[in-house]
Order: sequence, then C-alpha cells, then structure tokens
Amino acid sequence: MADIDYGGDGPEPLNDALITGNNNTYKSIENQITRLIFNQRTHPKSWLFVFVVGFLLLNLLMMAMTWLLYKGVGIWGINIPCAWGFDIINFVWWIGIGHAGTLISAILLLLRQQWRNSINRFAEAMTLFAVACAGIYPLFHTGRPWVAFYWLGPIGPNILGLWPQFRSPLVWDVFAVSTYASVSLLFWFVGLIPDLATLRDKTENKALKVLFGMISMGWRGSARHWERYETAYLILAGLSTPLVLSVHTIVSFDFAVGIVPGWHTTIFPPYFVAGAVYAGFAMVLTLAIPIRAWYGLKNQITMRHLDWMAKVMLTTGLIVFYGYVMEVFYGWYSGNQFEWAMILNRFKGPYAPFYWALVFCNGIAPQILWSPKLRRNLVVLFVVAQIVSIGMWLERYIIIPVSLTRDFLPSSWGYYTPSVWDLGMYAGTIGLFIVLMFLFIRFMPIINIFEMKDLLARMHHAHHAEDDHTATAPGSAHAALANAEE
Amino acid sequence: MNSSLYGLAAEFDDPDKILEAVRKMKAAGYRQMDAYSPFPIHGMTDALDCHDPKVPWLVFGMGIFGTINGYFLEYMTSTPVLDHLPRFVRLLPGMNEMSYPMNVGGRPFHSWPNFIPVAFETTILFAALGAVVGMLLLNGLPKPYHPIFNAPRFELVSQDKFVLCIETADPKFDYEATWQFLQSLGPDVVSEVAR
Repeated sequence: MADIDYGGDGPEPLNDALITGNNNTYKSIENQITRLIFNQRTHPKSWLFVFVVGFLLLNLLMMAMTWLLYKGVGIWGINIPCAWGFDIINFVWWIGIGHAGTLISAILLLLRQQWRNSINRFAEAMTLFAVACAGIYPLFHTGRPWVAFYWLGPIGPNILGLWPQFRSPLVWDVFAVSTYASVSLLFWFVGLIPDLATLRDKTENKALKVLFGMISMGWRGSARHWERYETAYLILAGLSTPLVLSVHTIVSFDFAVGIVPGWHTTIFPPYFVAGAVYAGFAMVLTLAIPIRAWYGLKNQITMRHLDWMAKVMLTTGLIVFYGYVMEVFYGWYSGNQFEWAMILNRFKGPYAPFYWALVFCNGIAPQILWSPKLRRNLVVLFVVAQIVSIGMWLERYIIIPVSLTRDFLPSSWGYYTPSVWDLGMYAGTIGLFIVLMFLFIRFMPIINIFEMKDLLARMHHAHHAEDDHTATAPGSAHAALANAEE
Repeated sequence: MNSSLYGLAAEFDDPDKILEAVRKMKAAGYRQMDAYSPFPIHGMTDALDCHDPKVPWLVFGMGIFGTINGYFLEYMTSTPVLDHLPRFVRLLPGMNEMSYPMNVGGRPFHSWPNFIPVAFETTILFAALGAVVGMLLLNGLPKPYHPIFNAPRFELVSQDKFVLCIETADPKFDYEATWQFLQSLGPDVVSEVAR
C-alpha cells in the first residue's frame, strides 16, 4: 500500500477528490481497510498505550459503580439545592457527542454529501459508545438501577401501582434516549452487513469465516437485495434525522420546562442541538486525526474531509456562541431581576472562572479556524477539538449547578463541589469509551468498504463523463477532475 | 435438462459491463436472472426491473402502529378512561392495573400536548424496526445456504467481481444457447452453478 500512502513525507494534496491518489482500485481500498482486522501487526504501539490507559480508567468506573451501589448516591457531591450534578452534566455531554455520528450518517446522506462515506462508520460507532456512556448516568443516579426500569420504563406499574409520569420531560428522555440507542444500533448494523460479507469471503480462518458468515446473515450482494437495502437505508436516515433533533430537544426540555432562572428559555432546543453537533464533530476529529495517521488511511480520510469537518465545527460553534449572547441579552431585556441576577452571577459569582473559560473555549478559541492555514494544520486542529470538548463540558456545568445553587430564595442558596467519586465515574466513562472504540478499530471495518467502492466507481464514471461531457453523478464531477489533475 | 444445475454464471470485472450484459439479456428475452455485486450498481434496478415498493409501505404501517401504541399506552395509564368503559373491561387480564390517573398540579388527565414526545419516539422506533426487519425478511435473510454460493470464485463478488446468473428456471434457458450468449457478452469467465 506504499504507493498510495502519504505517510509523512511531502505535503498532503488538498483538492476535492474524496479518495486521493491515482492507483486506487476496489481491491486496494478494501485491503487498506481490512488490513486492520486481518493483519493484527498493523496496530502500532500507540494503540496499546491508549488502550491500556482506557482499560485502567474502565476499572476505575467499575470501582466507582460498585461503591455507588453499596453506599448509595450520597458518595457524590449532590445535595439540596443541587440535586443534579455530574450525573446529568456528563449525561448531556456524552449524548451530545453521539449526535455528530448520526448527523454524519443520516443528515449528510440525505443531503447527498458523499464525503460522509469515509467517516460515517466510525462516527456511528462513536455514537453507540457515547450513548452507552451516557446511559450509565441516569440509570445509576437512581441508586437502584435494577428497579429503575419500573420507575422509568413502560414495563408495568411499580410496587405502588403507579405508572411513569408521562407529563414529565424526564420520562420523555427515557423514551428518546432508548429509541436513539436502538435506532443507532440498527443503522450501524445495517451498514455493516455487506462489509461483514466481505470479511467472511476474505478471511482464511475457518472460525472467523463462520462467525462473519453468521453475522452477515448470508448476504450475497444480489441486485434485488441491494434495491431493498438502499431503500431501507435511506428511510432509516430519514427517520434518524428528526430523531436526533428530537433527542437533544427533549434533553433540553429537562431544563427548559423547569422554572429555574437560566433554564427556562425557549432558545434551549436549537442551541442544545447545535452544541451537540459541535461537541460531536470535535470528537470525530479527535478520533480521525490519529486513526488516519496510524493506519495509512490518508488517501481515504483526506485533508478535504478534515477541512470540511473543521468548517462544520466552526459554524455550529458560532450558533452556540450566539446562544450565549442571547442568554445574556434575554437576562437583561426580560427586566426580570432573577434572570439578570443569574447572568451577573455567571459573570462575577463563585463560578465565574468556569464561565469565562467556557466563553474562551467555545467562543474565542475556535475562531482561529477561520484561517485556512491553521485549519489545515493538524496539530492546531486537534488542539482546538480538545478545547471544544472541554468547552462543551463546561457549558453543561454552567447551566446546571450555577442555576441550581442560586435560585429565587437566598436562604436556599448553596455551592456544588463534585466528590472524588464523581470525578472517578467521569474518568471511568471516558475509559469505557476508549476501550470500546479501540476494540472496534481492531476488530471491525472502520470505514464503510462498500460505500467507498461505490464512491470510487462514481469517480471513475465522472472521470469518463468529463471527456464526452455527458451527465455525471451529482457532486463528483469536479472531484474526479481534481483527482486527475493531481 | 440437468436438475442439479441452478444456472449459469458469468463473471465481469466492471459494473458497466455487467449492466450492459443485463440489458442485452433482457433484450434477448431472458427473465429469471440476478446480478451479484460488491456494491449497488446505479441503474441495475431499472435494468432488472426489480423495483419493490413494499419496504416504504411497511415502514409507514409500522410507524402508524408505533404512534397508536405509544399514545394508547399514555392514554390508558394516565386517564380514568376505564371508568367510562363497560365494567367487564376491568376484569380482562391486566386491565385493572392499567389505569392509575394522577392529578398533577391540576392539569387535565388527558394532557395531550405532553403525550406527543413519547408517541413520536415510539413512531420512530417501530418505523425503524419495520425498515430493518422488513428489508431482511423480504430479502429472505438470514439465509445461510443459497445455490449461488456454489458458483466458482463467488467469494470475489463481495470484493471486486460482478456476477450475472441466469437460472435454469427461465423458460428461455437452453444450456448450449445460453452458454454461447453469455460468452458473447464479454465476461471473464462463464461457469455452471450447482444447486
């Protein structure tokens, strides 16, 4: 694969070709991706290093959860007035990260953005794992997760004969997040079926052949099957799009339906959704930049992909920052003393350093992405992605304890400090995410093989069509042209 | 005719070639055939005339089913509807536990705007299940064995080869003539597919 790997020396080409290099064939693309599974020696030492760090953190999560189940939620820093602390902050943070995966796989598919093909598979995996991390928090903050299903789900009445309160956004949240997890899993699995068939046919190992054969369910690439497959896939994308918007809207309702100053605003749903995409793209970049470098996938996840992701991050970041500005404006313009006191408390109160860090991380730091030169510097881009992740975490921190500890009555004010178990559980879910993601990199195709082949076929087509000026596949004519010039 | 024969398979190395071959086969009057490829080929559905509108309808039906289910769950559990139904309904299994209306802050029992989010989510859930399960069942998957897997080098179809299989079930199938015709379409190789 040396002839198409831009590993290190010479500048990487930046053009609109979605697969760079001239020697790509269906075979070479497939080999590049499946090498990660069939040749376990491909994985560098850095894989092991990050995995071990993740695994240690995962053990911390186990300890934190065991201690939580033994002692109860009293080990956390939560108390009245701040009964929601790290659990909901981290829940919203993780769910938000997951949303970029759905945006890439569903919305960009509906918009016929073919550049999604290189990144949708691991972005979808990221969604699944982020939702798994998110799900831990609401489940375990009940203290007794084994009965939480009766309190939250439509399993049946609980021991008092009561059903879940369907007028509460918290119950909507249960339905939204569990539907989101299920649909994301279906979407990911459907996308995997043809690739699993490829793995089944490629492997020499008998046991793996049987395993992949069972999961791919006897997929044989029949034209009749492809027709239904593409229809179903497109419909799933069409269903996921309103779903992903509804999930974060409902998450924002958890706050917006309450009357606490700083929560009770109509701007929350759009600004939460934009924030989710913003944080999610930061995480996709965090994963994509090392993966393409480690595994020689620079011709499939090109500089153009990174450039576009940086632009999406910049755009959604501006929407989020607009939300912050509107919060301040609303606090002043409402003429409501509680709203204005909340804003002043953010500016000058005990949590002011966090607020100004938030403004820096989400509002100021990403603005350097306006410069094309800095945007294409991968070190800068990676650092900005980390700053955005921190910023989006701080945003939830500012919304939740800062408002809860300063509501209407000064006698009920307080101060929230997370305990060591809060921090341990947060670090632990990061470990869980790393472990799942790194196992995925090792044992599943991280790029959608059949869609990349389809893309290559379209690029060949567009290339031929350029010569005799006939119609081409949408959006790929200039891509192939740029590829030819390179 | 040889009953142990499933059909004849022609292997191509380019999606355009197989598309052209399918069009020529259709023009020559063959009907019972299928094209196998590593990725969906643009235009193949029209060439084979195998458009199937069932999946979208199934999704629509399942979506409606999900809406009704979600809303029904909320309506039955949150309103005193059982009081207005005939008494025997309460005696049906599970019905007595079903209804437990709670007065929350004086809001109406049937506070329908608050019931929309859950009904929406169940709509999406059931529709998505309908899309995936429907697609798999209509495709006859999972199916561990299919005669086409007997075609030589069929494992390359999920990689970079394209196979057109004309089945013996086709009324126009004639071993010699069909073999000759397939050869004339310019494939890499033509081979028998055992049943």
